[in-house]
Amino acid sequence: MLEIKDISKRFVKRLDVAAKIANRLGASAKEEVVHAVDGVSIAINKGEVVGLVGESGCGKSTLGRMVAGILEPTSGEIHYKGNAVAAKTGKDAAEAALQIQMIFQDPFASLNPRMRVEDIIGEAPVLHGIVAASEKVSYVEQVMLRVGLDPEYRRRYPHQFSGGQRQRIGIARALAVKPDFLVCDEAIAALDVSIQAQVINLFMDLRRDLDLTYLFISHDLSVVEHISDRVVIMYLGRIVEVSPTDELFEKTNHPYTTALLNEVPRVEMRGLDYQPISGEIPSPLDPPTGCHFHPRCLHAMDRCAAERPELREISPGRLAACHLNDDK
Amino acid sequence: MSDVPTLAVENLETHFFTKAGVAKAVDGVSFSVGRGEIMGLVGESGSGKSVTGFSILGLVDPPGRVVGGKVLFNGEDLIGASEQRMQKLRGNKIAMIFQDPMMTLNPVLRIDTQMIETVLAHEKVSKETARQRSRDTLAQVGIPSPEERMRAYPHQFSGGMRQRVAIAIALLNKPDLIVADEPTTALDVTIQGQILYEAQKLCRETGTALIWITHDLAVVAGLADKISVMYAGRLAEQGTIDDVLDHPVHPYTIGLLGSVPGHNTRGQRLYQIPGMTPSLLSLPDGCAFKERCEFSDAACALRQEITEPVPGRAVRCCHPQIEAAR
Repeated sequence: MLEIKDISKRFVKRLDVAAKIANRLGASAKEEVVHAVDGVSIAINKGEVVGLVGESGCGKSTLGRMVAGILEPTSGEIHYKGNAVAAKTGKDAAEAALQIQMIFQDPFASLNPRMRVEDIIGEAPVLHGIVAASEKVSYVEQVMLRVGLDPEYRRRYPHQFSGGQRQRIGIARALAVKPDFLVCDEAIAALDVSIQAQVINLFMDLRRDLDLTYLFISHDLSVVEHISDRVVIMYLGRIVEVSPTDELFEKTNHPYTTALLNEVPRVEMRGLDYQPISGEIPSPLDPPTGCHFHPRCLHAMDRCAAERPELREISPGRLAACHLNDDK
Repeated sequence: MSDVPTLAVENLETHFFTKAGVAKAVDGVSFSVGRGEIMGLVGESGSGKSVTGFSILGLVDPPGRVVGGKVLFNGEDLIGASEQRMQKLRGNKIAMIFQDPMMTLNPVLRIDTQMIETVLAHEKVSKETARQRSRDTLAQVGIPSPEERMRAYPHQFSGGMRQRVAIAIALLNKPDLIVADEPTTALDVTIQGQILYEAQKLCRETGTALIWITHDLAVVAGLADKISVMYAGRLAEQGTIDDVLDHPVHPYTIGLLGSVPGHNTRGQRLYQIPGMTPSLLSLPDGCAFKERCEFSDAACALRQEITEPVPGRAVRCCHPQIEAAR
């Protein structure tokens, strides 16, 4: 349904006037380039929930934003239902954009504090002609019921709701334009545990009832394990492993995934002797050569510093980017 | 070593006197932590876990006030202790680590300045000795090449490194007690793993007592020896980590554990506690959890006392689920 082909996003910090003058005078200031996403390809099937996992700065949110059409990729293509999104124009493009909706992390920052809930949810469907303006109220009520909000509250403002309810408003807003595909960017990270469970259950109900497809971005592996069919692991802008969820949690392939999984705290684990991966996440301004993970990897060889490992299929449905797989 | 616990909190009550009414942020909380022991203090937002931490250090600002109870630190009651006495203890014998290290560290001072200052505030030693100790402590929390890094400013560190510096400052004067308020919540998993590892090692090696305040049950599970679960300012359940997590008795703890996604829940619906945390200004009479609880009946409308339905467990509930615990 959605195919991402070799997509990249670079953020460039242009030289300011002072640096340009300095360069004229013989300095060698360079533009700073961040490779937020670096040659990523994934295909997502209809009805699938794909979890996208990684630590801060790995490019998972940037990738999500490109899928949702908020950011333009620097290179590469996104195909939605067989057609390149970037090639569409006018009405087609607007329609395609509606199909993919995004749900944000912060239910405080993502809702306009000066709009009533009925306008937050109802504005877009009216504007896009999904419902007539005269039917807005009944439509909004219907959507609010769908996400478990009391329609009585439609005249209220966002600050009158709790965090969990606000996240439901965000979900209702996304659903109001009848999307097929939802990009959830850390959509439950800001919520309390008991509220988290409510929202996770809501996502699963919506998937069943509305036949939605999700790209579920999270740093929380236990949530991803719970909700996803497939997991994509990113590290510094690149995919390191793609695997069906069951297989991944049974046996990891990439050393980074292994380390990441070991470090997820779980309720079942007690009195652990933590033996963490050493080192920090390198800066994306100046990523390591070859395999990005090699400075922190226990199995690093000479080759890892020199050559970028390809993302290859290691067993049906499983991909990994690691030189260790070549020996097998 | 004596049998006096490092910290014993007895019936602590901290109330906030706001225009809208009195919010009982902490309402009769008791626990104790011994040498080298790690206690997890767990609760959702607004449960009073952070205010408990602040109350121990005497850092509650108006309109909040500690109105009752005792905080016995090595046997000495800190409630009502003079500000001078508290200043002597804070940063010296009792230290606190906060969620956001950028708020703890002064952005315009170099790390070494801040660390040496902390040592000299409590001890008459030469500046060179203080510098030496700062360097050693930085190395202890796993900061590579501490000699050079000491001369850096806080903004030159990454989030994880900053939190290590904050922990190092807390450790400088070899405190008997550290209160850590969500210190890893803002960090990545791999960095969190490193910090947890350091924390555990330190407590085992130095005998420092640690109170780890968090909303994340999974973090505490691997780290702590015992756990106190708070709900709406009151203790819901308290016991050793294995007992409480494997055989919870209070309906709230049961619900909380059921709503954590994990290995065995894939594809299933998570248990969800209905409703939401009540406002502290309008708590229901009796048990604060009764409106969300499936076992509640008329008895729940009375004020709940702490009981010990199973040995070694303190529970504030008149319907402890002991059958479920077995």
